[in-house]
Amino acid sequence: MATESVNHGRRRFLTASTVVVGGVGGVFAAVPFLSAWKPSARAVAAGAPVVAPIDKLSPGQQLVVAWRGKPVFVVRRDEAMLGTLAGESGRLKDPESANDDETALPEFARNAHRSLKPELLVLIGSCTHLGCSPKLHPVVQPEPWDAQWKGGYFCPCHNSRFDMAGRVYQGSPAPTNLAVPPYRFEGDVRVVIGEMEAA
Amino acid sequence: MGERTSTMTGVLGWLDQRMPVMDFWNKHVGQYYAPKNFNVWYYFGSLALLVLVNQIVTGIFLTMHYKPSAAEAFSSVEYIMRDVEWGWLIRYMHSTGASFFFIVVYLHMFRALLYGSYQKPRELIWVLGVVIFLLLMAEAFLGYVLPWGQMSFWGAQVIVSLFGAIPVIGPDLVVFIQGDYLPSDSTINRFFALHVVALPIALLLLVVLHLGALHEVGSNNPDGVEIKKKKDASGKPLDGIPFHPYYTVKDLFGAGVFLTLFAFVIFFEPTFGDLFLEYDNFAPADPLVTPAQIKPVWYFTPYYAMLRAVPDKFFGVVVMGAAVLILFLVPWLDRSPVRSIRYRGPLTKIALALFAVSFVTLGYLGLQAGSETQTLVARVCTFIYFGFFAAMPFFTAIDSVKPVPERVTMHD
Repeated sequence: MATESVNHGRRRFLTASTVVVGGVGGVFAAVPFLSAWKPSARAVAAGAPVVAPIDKLSPGQQLVVAWRGKPVFVVRRDEAMLGTLAGESGRLKDPESANDDETALPEFARNAHRSLKPELLVLIGSCTHLGCSPKLHPVVQPEPWDAQWKGGYFCPCHNSRFDMAGRVYQGSPAPTNLAVPPYRFEGDVRVVIGEMEAA
Repeated sequence: MGERTSTMTGVLGWLDQRMPVMDFWNKHVGQYYAPKNFNVWYYFGSLALLVLVNQIVTGIFLTMHYKPSAAEAFSSVEYIMRDVEWGWLIRYMHSTGASFFFIVVYLHMFRALLYGSYQKPRELIWVLGVVIFLLLMAEAFLGYVLPWGQMSFWGAQVIVSLFGAIPVIGPDLVVFIQGDYLPSDSTINRFFALHVVALPIALLLLVVLHLGALHEVGSNNPDGVEIKKKKDASGKPLDGIPFHPYYTVKDLFGAGVFLTLFAFVIFFEPTFGDLFLEYDNFAPADPLVTPAQIKPVWYFTPYYAMLRAVPDKFFGVVVMGAAVLILFLVPWLDRSPVRSIRYRGPLTKIALALFAVSFVTLGYLGLQAGSETQTLVARVCTFIYFGFFAAMPFFTAIDSVKPVPERVTMHD
């Protein structure tokens, strides 16, 4: 090859532009591969917000819906149940929910009744101890585990006890209160679990 | 391009004319001159290679029966253990091999610290070795998830959650890694792909680079003497002997001893008392019930103890990561003019001993529940661990040294 006819500037330009164009192509080619790691449509569907009807829920009644593979409790509390909350503070581990971070208790539920609407309680139904699902015992009556039972949740696995706001009683193995998922209401008819009202 | 003529005849000669078969053999085996004073510490490199082959061969056979899905993984492993002919042996060879891999690699790394094998010109060998160590940890973790027992599931939960401690992107990264909002079918499926395809290929490539870098500069030895400085008339190191047959035979003996111990564990103590295979992992994964005590397999416990010793989630993860990454810096932290511990002063010996003791202590503490005293001890040990590296530029620089001989020392 005749060396004198080599245009080095053009070679450099062609090489550099090939690298740039190839690099851009490489970045775009990476997108499908990286995206393939994201939750698939099926996983998203299983993790998508769940809509549950609440208009037929009578006081004291509980609805259990599955959200992200976990049970979620929706309970309509009556005045009497809400009335028990204040009196139990002395027997609870964390009555003010001070140890619950944002993921365990969204900002909107940071109140005395731990819910968006006072009467409607929404909780993630897995015990903060070992993840069993506690049972609702709403009636105020002496129970084997507590003579002064004011209604709440009792976990059959290791006897963790929670009040009608999901706050854990002292002496329970569970370290923290039951978590509250993000949720919002669609009027008075439906609750959407997994989505919050835009702040 | 000149024609190369081979001295070989027959099939080998035909091959050699078309591919540098004999060149390769001579460069890396037949005429690779290694110092003649290797001691017992020098078995662990070839043993690591042996375990790697064991893992690949047994791994291939396990994939023939294993099913990477959340629904079938656990029962397919039990199927291998009970119904597949000799399946139990192949599986125990693989699971025991994982633990032996780390025993061998930890000793191999400690050898490098003892004899300064990471010093110039061998920095790259050390750096490649640390990358191999990192990949090996990832490979071991991924493999431990595959049987989808209780410890698999909750171990995956805990380890993947570590990435959640990264600010801003953490929570999304966890979902990205798992491919779901909790460890699930998609998690086990992708972990399988990484465990049997991606990481083994990367590991093999790095082992080739590790050996390539080693054979370029030559092996260090217990005296830390550069054997290439003293050569005979034909240019061969006076203190060197060809790798084959001398070290192939020596390494075969080491392999024999190693395989005896290996076989003992496989046949009599495959779980090694909850250390090699944890008892909780013989129960299928249950996303709703966490085992009473979550702990990693023994080879991760030093780092796990450090993670727990730090009271803050994010900072704990940083400490744990830094504990591994700091190894990369070792070649540049050591300012000593001599390599081997044999010719170094008391400061280096004490520092290395403290470091070794604190690492083993952390390993023990990581297996325990973590009482207040244990947490305190873990903090002290974490401090010593990092202190060893932080102080290395100073104690290696001011430490006294003994004169290094011109030639390697022999005791026969």
